[in-house]
Amino acid sequence: MNRPIRRVALACLVLFALLLANDNVIQFARAKSLRDHPGNTRTLFAQYDRKRGDIVAADGTILASSKPSNDSLKYVRTYTNGPLYAPITGFYSIIYGASGIEAAENSILAGTDDRLFIRQLSNLITGRTPQGGSVVLTIDPTLQQVAYAALKGRRGAVVAVQPSTGAILAMVTSPSYDPNLLASHDSAQVRAAWKSLTGDPAQPMLDRALEQTYPPGSTFKLVTAAAALSTGRYTPQTQIPAPNVLPYPNSTKSLTNFAGESCSSTGQTTLIQALTISCNTAFGELGQTLGADTLRKQAEAFGFDAAFSIPMKSATSVFPAQLDAAQTIQSAIGQYDVRATPLQMAMVAAAIANHGLLMRPYLVQQLVNPNLTILETTKPQSIRQAVSPQVAAELTQMMESVVTSGTGKTVQIPGVPIAGKTGTAENAPGQPPHAWFVAFAPATQPKIAVAVVIENGGGINDATGATVAGPVAKAVLQAALKESS
Amino acid sequence: MLLFAVAIPLAAYVIVGLTRTRRVPTDTLNYGLGLAALLVVAHIAVRRFARYADPLLLPCAALLNGLGLVLIHRLDLVSPKAQRSDATLQLIWSTIGIALFIAVLAAVRDHRRLQRYTYTSMLLGLLLLAAPSLLPARFSEVNGARNWIRFAGFSIQPGEFAKILLVVFVAGFLVAKKDALALASRRFLGLDLPRGRDLGPVLVAWLVSIGLLVRGRDIGMSMLFFGFFIVMLYIATERLSWVFIGVLLFAGGTFAAYHLFAHVRERFEIWLHPFAYAKTTGYQLVQALYGFADGGLLGTGLGNGRPDLVPFAKSDFIIATVGEELGLTGLMAILLVYVVIVSRGMRAALSVRDSFGKLLAAGLAVSLALQVFVVVGGVTRLIPLTGITTPFLSYGGSSLVSNWAIIALLLKVSDAARRPIPARPSEGVGRP
Repeated sequence: MNRPIRRVALACLVLFALLLANDNVIQFARAKSLRDHPGNTRTLFAQYDRKRGDIVAADGTILASSKPSNDSLKYVRTYTNGPLYAPITGFYSIIYGASGIEAAENSILAGTDDRLFIRQLSNLITGRTPQGGSVVLTIDPTLQQVAYAALKGRRGAVVAVQPSTGAILAMVTSPSYDPNLLASHDSAQVRAAWKSLTGDPAQPMLDRALEQTYPPGSTFKLVTAAAALSTGRYTPQTQIPAPNVLPYPNSTKSLTNFAGESCSSTGQTTLIQALTISCNTAFGELGQTLGADTLRKQAEAFGFDAAFSIPMKSATSVFPAQLDAAQTIQSAIGQYDVRATPLQMAMVAAAIANHGLLMRPYLVQQLVNPNLTILETTKPQSIRQAVSPQVAAELTQMMESVVTSGTGKTVQIPGVPIAGKTGTAENAPGQPPHAWFVAFAPATQPKIAVAVVIENGGGINDATGATVAGPVAKAVLQAALKESS
Repeated sequence: MLLFAVAIPLAAYVIVGLTRTRRVPTDTLNYGLGLAALLVVAHIAVRRFARYADPLLLPCAALLNGLGLVLIHRLDLVSPKAQRSDATLQLIWSTIGIALFIAVLAAVRDHRRLQRYTYTSMLLGLLLLAAPSLLPARFSEVNGARNWIRFAGFSIQPGEFAKILLVVFVAGFLVAKKDALALASRRFLGLDLPRGRDLGPVLVAWLVSIGLLVRGRDIGMSMLFFGFFIVMLYIATERLSWVFIGVLLFAGGTFAAYHLFAHVRERFEIWLHPFAYAKTTGYQLVQALYGFADGGLLGTGLGNGRPDLVPFAKSDFIIATVGEELGLTGLMAILLVYVVIVSRGMRAALSVRDSFGKLLAAGLAVSLALQVFVVVGGVTRLIPLTGITTPFLSYGGSSLVSNWAIIALLLKVSDAARRPIPARPSEGVGRP
């Protein structure tokens, strides 16, 4: 009987060998693909098992942190003043994933980033639960609060940038939402919140500052003026045509000024005066003279037709291709299909303020190790010289004129020279136009550049950009100047 | 060896305590002493009743039992019903298991005596198997399979005990009919087949037991029974034809079951496309696979993983917990401990001098090997999943107690095998 027993024993060994081989396949060869398999919630649970890093404002205010939880997931994500910072922090949800900085810097916050490798290795050996690193933002909580309060719940956005670095000091969208609702571990509650937020016609989860493009209206005249000055054939004092009515070529229609106003009794005006009073016909005519290509080149130098990662990806601001003469005229005053994000218009102002040098906008100041040592500090980077310092100085002079004697008087702050530009952008027939204001201050030594848009906030004339959006911009500028003084 | 068997689970217990609560559990010493005391008693019993027995079997079984306790305790900590301690229950079952182990060692003075109870074993075994089918569902059905006997808060899986009884029966019967089987045969289709009346009872018992198990929807157990019947027939007759017949019957049976039973088809479907059913019927298997993947080479460490995400982690899927928290390395180590137990059982079968002992030891060892293969293979998606316990590791009294009885029997056989040949030839059928 021993021969069959030996064979059976051998067969048993073969069975065990199969088990061992198969286990090697699952736990070694296929382990990575199983871990990355869609629907594998373990990765998610693993993320909730360790303390996720904080998201911190520039002054150390904690915007998002992980608090111990008493349910099956160890930590719950908590947002202090959620709605105020929602466009920045984003949300972190067991069901809907993550957005904002939570998504863009997830590997650092979760502690899975390769840059944290050495530290995690030592955790592996000591058996300690790894922790995530923190993300320190460029956001100034004071400016953020002031801007959010100034919007008073109206649909709109504010972006404030430090011109010399590109650091984003405030990024506000309104209306907003509370990411705490989505961070809850109660999935029924999360689903209900998600449903009501995504179904809300006011789109509270849309980051209007970054993800939404608007027709920039008259604020785009800064780009047209920059294009003109950059040709070298214009100075602020150059006389340009400013008719009451500018007929569109090959069309029976024509461009007029707001409410049919006249820019000049002579039909001629200086470039500086045209910007000061935001003369549509003068800039339409100027755009037509410069041509669509020159305008597009200047717009792209300021960042149009490209998206930015701040590290969240922005929507692309657009200067349209293939324009006929009439469309060029309209585009020159920021209408037709010209689209810009509030971030983009803040960058236009910031580049002018920074002697024409356009800086890469960024939101993350520092990445911090779990043991609070600094992992990485963002170095400001320039994108390109959008206009020459000479042209930037001339544009600054013209924008100051807007605030001292033109459409932007509402933004005057005693004792501080302010450079600004109003905008009232028509968007849909029968809808009130969007109100814009872009500005930087102090004009002589700029500390902050800001862009404000209020959806459908405008009235019948261009000055409404100043009366509706202007006070918001002024509040932010004032707060910034108070801080820096 | 026994020292290791106490020290390893105890170290594992401390690690679980450290990772879960950052403290050495205060009852470590008590558990350690308790476990040690149990094993010392078991060891003394081996020394007393089977002094020549294989020295590796008891430590291996004790190690697996101890690790199983730690794993169940670890799963208790994260179970939603926090108050209930399955580990404590399992500890009680371990004690009962070791008590039965000692009882078997003491009562079965010589394993050959079991041969006398050949038919009693068969009757008792079949009765146990039939019980769940005869009892009303409320006494016998757990999770869709009617393979339990439940009364007064206790539930036992009679299949686990029937397994031993039927191994005893088959061994006894085949030994009695050995000569007839080996000589008298008819040729059929090129195969040597024994006469019907020689094999009848075995075939009947075999078919009845498998029929009962199939009726109870216990696929894993029926595969196991089928396997050890075939293997024991092969060993007894030394004819490979049985293996061919077995393979044919198995293929035919699987084919028939696939077409006859929806739940069998479902198992195959889940096996082939687990991710298609990841949210429904395949949830358990897919979660286990994710767990294995998370464990990787070295595992997450005891207490660091999320084995609680796998349903039935304590019983059928305890191997998934091993894979996740102890990694590939730990799981392979545990599989190798099984290899040691099985090969020691086979060694006893090879070296024991009587045919009954050979068949008994080989049958028990094979049933153990098959059981590990069926459950570990199922959980790691090598073969379709069938609900069956992992010997010594899984939570479950019947399985634990019956496996201790198996170890006791193997020890008895190995004791007989290694005993110096007495001057006076002993009773029974010695073969050189």
